[in-house]
Amino acid sequence: MEGLPILSIIMLSPLAACIVLMFVKEESIKLIRGIAVSATSISLMFALYILFAYDKAKGGYQFVEKIEWVKSLGISYHLGVDGISVAMVVLTSFVIFTGVFVSWVGIKHRIKEHYIFLLLLVSGVFGVFTSLDLVFFYLFYELAVIPMYPLIGIWGSANREYATMKLTLYLSFGAVFALLGILSIYFTAGQMTGQYTFDMTQIGKLSFEANYQKWVFLPMLFGFGVLVPLAPFHSWSPIGHAAAPSAVSMLHAGVLMKLGAYGIIRIAMGLLPEGAQFWMPVVAVLCLINIFYGGVVAMTRKDMKFMIGYSSSSHMGYVLLGMATLNYIGMNGAVLLMFAHGIMTALAFALIGYVYDQAHTRMAYDFSGLAHKMPFIAVAFAVMGFASSGLPGLANFVSELMIFIGAFRTYPFQTVIAVFGIIITATYMLRALRNVFFCQSMPEWEHLKDATTFVERFPYIVLIAVLFIVGFYPAILIDVINTGVVPLVDKINGVSTIAKAGM
Amino acid sequence: MVSWLILFIPLIAAVLITFVTRKQKDLSSYVSIGAVVLCFILSIDPILTLLKDPHMKPVEQGFSWINIPGLHVEIGTLLDPLSILMLFVVTFVGSLIHIYSRGYMHGEHGYSRFFACMSLFIFSMLGIVLANNFIQIYIFWELVGLSSYLLIGYYFEKPSASDAAKKAFLVNRVGDFGFILGIFVLFQATGTFNFIEINHILEKGGIPESTIYIAALLIFCGAIGKSAQFPLHVWLPDAMEGPTPVSALIHAATMVAAGVYLLARTSLLYHFSPDAMEVVAYIGGFTALLAAVIAVAQNDIKRVIAYSTLSSLGYMVMAMGVGGMTAGMFYLTTHAFFKALLFLAAGSVIHALHTQDIWEMGDVFKKLKTTGTTFILGSLAMAGVFPFSGFWSKDEILTIAFTSHHYFLFTIGILVAFVSAFFMTRLVFVTFFGKGRYHGHPHESPSVMTVPLVILAFFAVVAGFAGMPWIEPNFGSYIAGPLHGGHGEHGFNLFVAGLSTAVVIAGIALGYIVYCKELKSDPLAKNVLYNLAHNKFYFDEFYDNIIVAKVYNGIGRICNFAEVNFIIIFFVNGFAYLTRETGKVLRLTTTGKLQHYALVMVAGVVVLVLFFGVL
Repeated sequence: MEGLPILSIIMLSPLAACIVLMFVKEESIKLIRGIAVSATSISLMFALYILFAYDKAKGGYQFVEKIEWVKSLGISYHLGVDGISVAMVVLTSFVIFTGVFVSWVGIKHRIKEHYIFLLLLVSGVFGVFTSLDLVFFYLFYELAVIPMYPLIGIWGSANREYATMKLTLYLSFGAVFALLGILSIYFTAGQMTGQYTFDMTQIGKLSFEANYQKWVFLPMLFGFGVLVPLAPFHSWSPIGHAAAPSAVSMLHAGVLMKLGAYGIIRIAMGLLPEGAQFWMPVVAVLCLINIFYGGVVAMTRKDMKFMIGYSSSSHMGYVLLGMATLNYIGMNGAVLLMFAHGIMTALAFALIGYVYDQAHTRMAYDFSGLAHKMPFIAVAFAVMGFASSGLPGLANFVSELMIFIGAFRTYPFQTVIAVFGIIITATYMLRALRNVFFCQSMPEWEHLKDATTFVERFPYIVLIAVLFIVGFYPAILIDVINTGVVPLVDKINGVSTIAKAGM
Repeated sequence: MVSWLILFIPLIAAVLITFVTRKQKDLSSYVSIGAVVLCFILSIDPILTLLKDPHMKPVEQGFSWINIPGLHVEIGTLLDPLSILMLFVVTFVGSLIHIYSRGYMHGEHGYSRFFACMSLFIFSMLGIVLANNFIQIYIFWELVGLSSYLLIGYYFEKPSASDAAKKAFLVNRVGDFGFILGIFVLFQATGTFNFIEINHILEKGGIPESTIYIAALLIFCGAIGKSAQFPLHVWLPDAMEGPTPVSALIHAATMVAAGVYLLARTSLLYHFSPDAMEVVAYIGGFTALLAAVIAVAQNDIKRVIAYSTLSSLGYMVMAMGVGGMTAGMFYLTTHAFFKALLFLAAGSVIHALHTQDIWEMGDVFKKLKTTGTTFILGSLAMAGVFPFSGFWSKDEILTIAFTSHHYFLFTIGILVAFVSAFFMTRLVFVTFFGKGRYHGHPHESPSVMTVPLVILAFFAVVAGFAGMPWIEPNFGSYIAGPLHGGHGEHGFNLFVAGLSTAVVIAGIALGYIVYCKELKSDPLAKNVLYNLAHNKFYFDEFYDNIIVAKVYNGIGRICNFAEVNFIIIFFVNGFAYLTRETGKVLRLTTTGKLQHYALVMVAGVVVLVLFFGVL
């Protein structure tokens, strides 16, 4: 595979599929689906390839591609992945691959346009996770957010106009702050060296003045934090999930929210280590709102998509807590949870969407005893619920455990609340399982059909298998993630020791 | 190598049943039974090793599971006298219960699901038993919770079963909340999760006393949940919604004893924190008494036995707390036999009569000879009658409580012995003798069910001899090795033995007087204490109506109110409103008339001139 631009292939194959799809007739549904499946399976294959081919001993950015774009401004098409981004690329490729199959069943009208937007969005996501150039990073970031607007507006369900408007405005609002931060870094770095560049690896070598770092970290934290979503700027997210069609919710919660966390890790923490030192303790407090408040609100929600929506914001709180630890264990846990939660929540939205498409309601109290009619879906839902509640054997457990261990050193109080959070998660997951799938079946749901065909079952099987594989053998990801985490954490902590020595 | 096989064979069986033999019910049961029996056979070798050499060195194996700077987690196996004893109990009793289940579960739909879950349970339980570190024990701790959830909710179409399953899992989660924090505290202090390494550090005095105290109490929380101690005891009686073999295996013989095993495994920790041990002892003693009193007033045959299990677990925990680690483990072992026997025999009665209410039974001893006889033997053991197994193990605990000057707890122990003898007598007479209140024509169960009963009955009768104080080496000297703080002098104390025998006889006599009649309903039903006990002292009502409904859900409702009204309506929509209104106002300035713009421009220039002029 030497010499192949692997990252470009991963990122551009969905984009290429978009362009091809524009020339395909609306009626040839099979061809449309075929193109979508091929494009995403190419991405998945190459993503798995980089997971296994990534040289853990060497570390750093690998599979690097660099083409000068606008030389005078220092912009280049510069891709590369470290351990953290490898995990995110693999996550994204799994979610979009299964998402295509889920849309296969769920989307009934304007199929072509749906896939075009979906694939466009995913190209953007891949771009963010692989870009080493700040301009491209921002470009891809917007590319990942904007297609949400039509995707929810056209194929969404209840209250979709409000939801899509709120989501797009909120995220664009956040993005502006992130952009301000990026531009500021660009100019400051340029002034320092006399050479203006958007290259993250170049800027990463500089050390900015401590006060400057503190000031610029804040807008970045806010800008990317909105997408995480950092409480109290989370309210776009549950309603966005709820209104979006299944595959979009899967991407939205599974991948899009991770863009925010990734932005904080890669740009804010990576380029402004002292800013991270200063502000992450604040995040360690705010994340409690996510964890506890998000959790108990999820507990009260009867609409299952809202429940999972608030649950997502609760679990992203764990990611933030892990990041705030600023140590190897917590940081590794945070990145692994981004992966695990992405897979688990994609599974959740796919399942709820599957039931909703047939029953046209998502209210937990409308159901009873669905396990009799849909044993496969019931088992998959149980696996999802237990994964979410941090049951050992599934990926989420390992990551949450690492976050707790990492956080317990620095933030014992937060850790106690966070550990309590897993009781809250178990409460709403088991309540949903009991109310929706257990007990007597109801006559009005006699017509519901279980997932029986290959296409119907395939996405669930893939996602569940990933949860189990990572749950049983976490080293498959942790060993790679760790190569990205160690230099980052060293940089953040190293800077502070130098500063202290200087005083 | 053997230990790895023992651990993973049941998991392979569970996977095999789920994916391959699901449709062939018979085959599924054979796979499951075969797996657990094979585990038992493989355990014989370590057992013989132990019997040859009571001072055997622990054999530890492990491989790295998570390995990053600062965090190393292993999955391993540890074979020492303690784990070998548990290996024997789990695989032996487990084998018998699996065989029994083949008959008991006959004709149930979901037969394969039942056996898959049973195998999953055996895997998880053996994981606890063989664990060599805290993270692993926590992992399997959660997995037994999962298998318990799946098996309690086996009849998931019943709302009561679904609720009981959910309750069991969540209540256990509350206990595990403390448990995992305890593990973190220990990791913080020692930098390792490994039992042996932590013990070394403890012996060297490497951990401050206050840390040990906190860690010991937090870890005890895990035991409180799993072994259903007060105040988290409420899940166990509800867990009887599961099929009876499940109650016998998981909710009597093995899983609920895991809390006691955990205390034994971490005994050094408690050895260094006498204050924590006192807490353990009193929680155990209180649970034993509370549950025994409740058991008197229950009418469901399985619930009576469930409360007696709670009481026994309290007894064991109390033993651990007063320093009788070997005594606690000895009680655990004999209890596994006689309590599994009682549940299985009760299951045989239920199988024959299709009811669980003891007031719809009576006078069935003639029809169910084997079941009845074995049940009575189990009851005698449970009541602690000389020379049945329960007598020896109970006696050891009482002796330690007495000789360690825990006179209050000793009194509670004696009281519990009295009440236990009374309610077991009640159970035997109301179920098997007196007036026949049943419907239909009961038949004795098939031999696939009665043979395990007979084998268990044999052990329920004789297992106690292994712990007779005057034989050497006895039970205690084999497993004392890895136990710390279990060195209380507990020879035979004639006063203790005499007193306990006296109260047991008194309890049986009282039971005989009250219940050996032609009764239609309970003669004590009008008693106030009886009613309190019948309603389980309203713990469930308190938890459901106050803690869960008001506090827990209440916090949820308050947060949701804040979310909807403050965050969404005020904060977000308010911001949108503000933007919109500002736009409306600013729109007025865009008049499109050139004169207006010119005027504003001139005004601006004037302001600027003035501004800079002043400067």
